[in-house]
Amino acid sequence: MSSTTNYILGVYDDEDEVLHAVGEVKAKGIKVEDVYSPFPIHGLDVAVGHERTRLPIAAFMFGTLGMICAFSLISYTMVFDWPMIIGGKDFFALPNWIPIAFEGTVLFTAFGLVSTFCISNDLWPGNKTLPLDIRTTDDKFVMAINLDKNKVSADDIKKALKESGAIEVNVK
Amino acid sequence: MAGHSHFSPANVEEHFEFNSEGKKRIIYAFIAGVVALVIGIYLLSKGEAGGHEVAAAGHEAAKAGHEAAAEHLSGGAVSHQPEAEEHYNWMNRVWANVWLNAVFFTGIAVVGMFFVSLQYLTKSGWSSVMKRVPEAFPKFLYISLPILILTFFFKGDVIFHWMHHGVTEVGSANYDKIIAGKSGYLNKNFFLIRLVVFGGLWILLWNMLRKKSLEEDLNGGTEYFTQLVKIGTAFIVIFGASSSIFAWDWVMSIDTHWFSTMFGWYMFSSWHVTTYAVIVLTILFLKDKGLMGYVNENHLHDLGKFMFAFSIFWTYVWFEQFLLIYYANLPEETIYFLERWEGYDKLYKSSEILMVILNFLLPFLVLMTRDAKRTRIFLKIAAFLIIAGHYIDFYQMIMPGVVGKHGGYGLVEFGMVTVFASAFIYVISGELTKASLVAKNHPFLPEALHHDI
Repeated sequence: MSSTTNYILGVYDDEDEVLHAVGEVKAKGIKVEDVYSPFPIHGLDVAVGHERTRLPIAAFMFGTLGMICAFSLISYTMVFDWPMIIGGKDFFALPNWIPIAFEGTVLFTAFGLVSTFCISNDLWPGNKTLPLDIRTTDDKFVMAINLDKNKVSADDIKKALKESGAIEVNVK
Repeated sequence: MAGHSHFSPANVEEHFEFNSEGKKRIIYAFIAGVVALVIGIYLLSKGEAGGHEVAAAGHEAAKAGHEAAAEHLSGGAVSHQPEAEEHYNWMNRVWANVWLNAVFFTGIAVVGMFFVSLQYLTKSGWSSVMKRVPEAFPKFLYISLPILILTFFFKGDVIFHWMHHGVTEVGSANYDKIIAGKSGYLNKNFFLIRLVVFGGLWILLWNMLRKKSLEEDLNGGTEYFTQLVKIGTAFIVIFGASSSIFAWDWVMSIDTHWFSTMFGWYMFSSWHVTTYAVIVLTILFLKDKGLMGYVNENHLHDLGKFMFAFSIFWTYVWFEQFLLIYYANLPEETIYFLERWEGYDKLYKSSEILMVILNFLLPFLVLMTRDAKRTRIFLKIAAFLIIAGHYIDFYQMIMPGVVGKHGGYGLVEFGMVTVFASAFIYVISGELTKASLVAKNHPFLPEALHHDI
């Protein structure tokens, strides 16, 4: 969040109210940037209108990559670099490869997904992004509206937030 | 909170009507199955080549290649059922089919009970909207368990190597030292005791659960829930033991010399995922009738995840069993897969490959995305694939050991599965009409109605 953006923040003290308020505010033609909450609220992402996460696609790609890497590693070591006979099987003993390919898939998917999630949410170590309102880490719910992305005037937005049940409206 | 619809039991109770139109259709299917079965049996009696091209080809080639295959198969300590080859009766394949379908549908019926018990044991909320569907399945045990008992009692020697005449008598031409060593467990009386005791416990506990569940509809109150949790827990303890025991008894002991410590899990996982597929199909059928509107895509998504996950679980268990045997390469263990892969002139090889495609590859790809698990047509496709695939799985478990080179896919197989499936559908439909499709006083019902994932 760069400090040059203008935000209007509606603060709510009930999760049902904020979920309901999102619909009311949006019905007035105001674009809601995001809602901050101490815990996940069912149906909130749909109400705000967030696109579904594309993490599953990343998961599939990391998994495929992991499978290929593990398969290549075991094939290279066991067939080309240092061929070994184990249990009287062929050098290229496909069934024996499968557990390794599976483990590689899982490992790459897990590490890859956690990294992707953290990077896409600005959660790398040492990052000191502060929440728009520190109370969203405790018991308050904040609806953030980006003034630059809205054509509605600031006063109308403040009024709409108040009407929808906000206990206070701040500008940041 | 105005956003939540007001919940009252009166507006969720609804009943499925098994009308004469539906009954007629299922009876026609049953008759068609019987006709196919009779024609199939007639063709078998005229000579086994009548069943199917596969069987015919297998027979032709078997003449030439049999000696080599037999030598190959019995390379280890095992000589597999040599006496069965000499006086083979064409009716064996019919009895093998009865056994196959009885085991398959018993599994679907009992896992319905297992599913409901599991939901109670874990105190799950989401499933309370659809628990009446699996709860009706165990009714079929009243038909399939007697079939198992009667088939075992009268035709057990056709199906089980260890019941062949004289295998445990010292001095008999059929004497088999390995089987004689197992006769403390594998004998007719003990087998029947296990079947009757555990089968009886299944039916008893299901009746208790069903009765309490229906009383809860009338009276309400959380004390029913507490009692149902106890019944469910008791069933899971019993089922944990009995599912493995029946896997050894009903299927693994067909290949009496062979054994696998994974087998209990393997057969259970096959039953389990098939039952999810049947649950999904039943719910989608009811939804197509305009019923169960409160079962929305969130609940279907959960069921789809179960089908997806347990298809992978089945693959894991099946492959693990194969991998350990492949790796260790002990002759008395590898014979099982040799029979199914190269034995009987590769008669069972194509269905072994088809089974892995149907049970793993296709459900894995079809159900992978979130949208597919929330879309009815994809769920239906996946459910049909899984049911067909696991029928073939059981076919692969039972047929090679019972009929060997005389197996195949023909009218007998098709007719028998149609007969059993239509009987199953008839019984389950009848049982579904006996209660409201939603357990209206289930304490977690409001939670389930607001299920959102």
